[in-house]
Amino acid sequence: MTRADSGASQTSEPVIDVSGLNVDISVPAGILHAVSDVSFSVGPAETLSLVGESGCGKTITSLAMMRLLPRSAKLTARHIRFDGMDITNYTEKDMTRLRGNRMGMIFQDPMTSLNPVYRIGDQLEEVYMRHRNASRKEARERASFLLEKVGIINPAQRLTQFPHQLSGGLRQRMMIAMMLMCEPKLLIADEPTTALDVTVQVQILQLLRSLQKEFSMAIVLITHNLGVVARMADKVAIMYAGKVVEQGSVQDVFDRPTHPYTRGLLECIPRHGLTAGHDKLGSIPGIVPSLVGKVTGCSFRNRCLHAEEVCAMRDVALRPVKDNHDYRCLFSPEELAGAREGVAAQ
Amino acid sequence: MMNFLIRRLIIALLVAITVSIVGFGLLRFSGDLASLLAGENATAEDVARISQAYGLDRPIYIQYLDWVWNALRGDLGKSLFTHEPVSELIMTRIGVTATLAFAALAVGLAIAIPLGVLAAVKANTWVDRTALVISVAGQATPNFWFALILIYVFGVWWRQATVWGYKLSEITILGLQLSGLPISGSATWQHFVMPVATLATTIMPALMRLTRTGMLEVLSSDYVRTARAKGLSQTSVLFKHSLRNAILPVVSLAAVQLGFLLGGSVIVETIFALNGVGFLAIRSIERIDFPVVQSILVFLACTYIVLTLFSDLINAKLDPRVRLS
Repeated sequence: MTRADSGASQTSEPVIDVSGLNVDISVPAGILHAVSDVSFSVGPAETLSLVGESGCGKTITSLAMMRLLPRSAKLTARHIRFDGMDITNYTEKDMTRLRGNRMGMIFQDPMTSLNPVYRIGDQLEEVYMRHRNASRKEARERASFLLEKVGIINPAQRLTQFPHQLSGGLRQRMMIAMMLMCEPKLLIADEPTTALDVTVQVQILQLLRSLQKEFSMAIVLITHNLGVVARMADKVAIMYAGKVVEQGSVQDVFDRPTHPYTRGLLECIPRHGLTAGHDKLGSIPGIVPSLVGKVTGCSFRNRCLHAEEVCAMRDVALRPVKDNHDYRCLFSPEELAGAREGVAAQ
Repeated sequence: MMNFLIRRLIIALLVAITVSIVGFGLLRFSGDLASLLAGENATAEDVARISQAYGLDRPIYIQYLDWVWNALRGDLGKSLFTHEPVSELIMTRIGVTATLAFAALAVGLAIAIPLGVLAAVKANTWVDRTALVISVAGQATPNFWFALILIYVFGVWWRQATVWGYKLSEITILGLQLSGLPISGSATWQHFVMPVATLATTIMPALMRLTRTGMLEVLSSDYVRTARAKGLSQTSVLFKHSLRNAILPVVSLAAVQLGFLLGGSVIVETIFALNGVGFLAIRSIERIDFPVVQSILVFLACTYIVLTLFSDLINAKLDPRVRLS
């Protein structure tokens, strides 16, 4: 089921290596700490999934990697290493050489992500022409080639169409083809299937996986759907209120969820055979706290079954459950598991 | 595209017919034209004679159809005062008015679009605020006042008016008596500098604000984020991917404003003594020269219709989705 054992290379140099990423956004009420101390790395042909509720900072994290944050956002990091180079302080001009060329991004809503006034062909070709100094003819050939790659049967005709003439699934395929024009090493996919029909969702995910193998891309997949994580990802980082609360291989995190939030999320999934008709489907009570101003202590404490006074006073660092599986809580995995059984027994 | 064109042409034709009926009717019902022409001391026989001479005693629909029939053959009648053909009166003046209108529109757009884009890109900075102050000032200034200020500053105070084709003697009376001295057909390009500046100032603010609003909306759109994620240059993001989407409402407004300039620059033509169509219209209304007035009315209405049609076609060219609706 999971891909953790599918043999993605762990030893090679990571494509993207983010360390200590913080993003602060100025809002009228003060400074919003949208992302705090986020670190991860993704290797070639590997998929990392960023998971969390709306507003947990997963999209901001991905925009930070592309350096497409709004002007009101301030980014700091120990480093953001892309393909061995620290791009944290790259200028806008340096970044335009990377974007669309060596890193690509696809977005949630394919209905609004393509420019309505240009033909599909123009929108694909311009990427190749810009980054590869290619002629219009070469770019057109490349575009046809990629449309075939993303499973489009009649590329020549599709290239002359406008976005409004295509369905949502087709448009998302166009977006993928557009971002693969220059064979990027990293593809960031921000909820690429959320806006699509369920049947189309599966097709798009399968497509992403086969393209990943073919082009040996690193993928950062943003989603709130744990089913998608299980199907697609090698590694997963669970985010809550701007911080990673648990991360590790998909197998480790799903087999041994340690942070109370991760457990809560997994319990929200109905499972055939395990969730019987009379059982209540899990949910996590409460709401995400405001991230404006100084945040001390654990952000999850007001929704957590294990919370004690000490949780409000001390900031918690990520600590290991075991090698390459970390969580962010003051209590040990055993304490969390024990207390949990206690609750279950009541 | 062909279907779109045909539909628009049919609508334009229907509007033109309606306007000609309304325009013709309004003029006929504004008073008894025959007795107005005959003057206060005319006898009933005089009025009847005039009425018969101009065909005003016929039923109104006959008069209308007769007029339309002649108009379609290019005969708009003759002026009651100068006895020149109306078509000739209009054609000799349309050059002046059109030059003024197109030049003012070009200048207005040339300032409004870059300034609007700049204001949107630098939204809520001092650049944006400055652009806002300029547009509010431009919008709030009546154009006849601005025209007089220009004449005063450049003509009376700075004495540059000869450079722009005006004699000082014409200027020193501050325009009010200039209406008596139209420079018939002899305007040179210099004559247009101040009037064009005046009219461009009048139309620029709305175009600029609309460009800014459109750009602001488009810049925060998903497809502009896509364009940036593709690594395109700032120039391409702004002018290829954003402006073309943001400009659609500006095209429609510009068409309306061009119509206003072609028909409504009466005041500016009068102040600067340019013998254009607006000037002719005012003169003809004063003299109850109804063949001229009704022709100008329909001519201006048709101008609007053609301009609206053009703006629809430009928008259809710019945005493929318009062609479908």
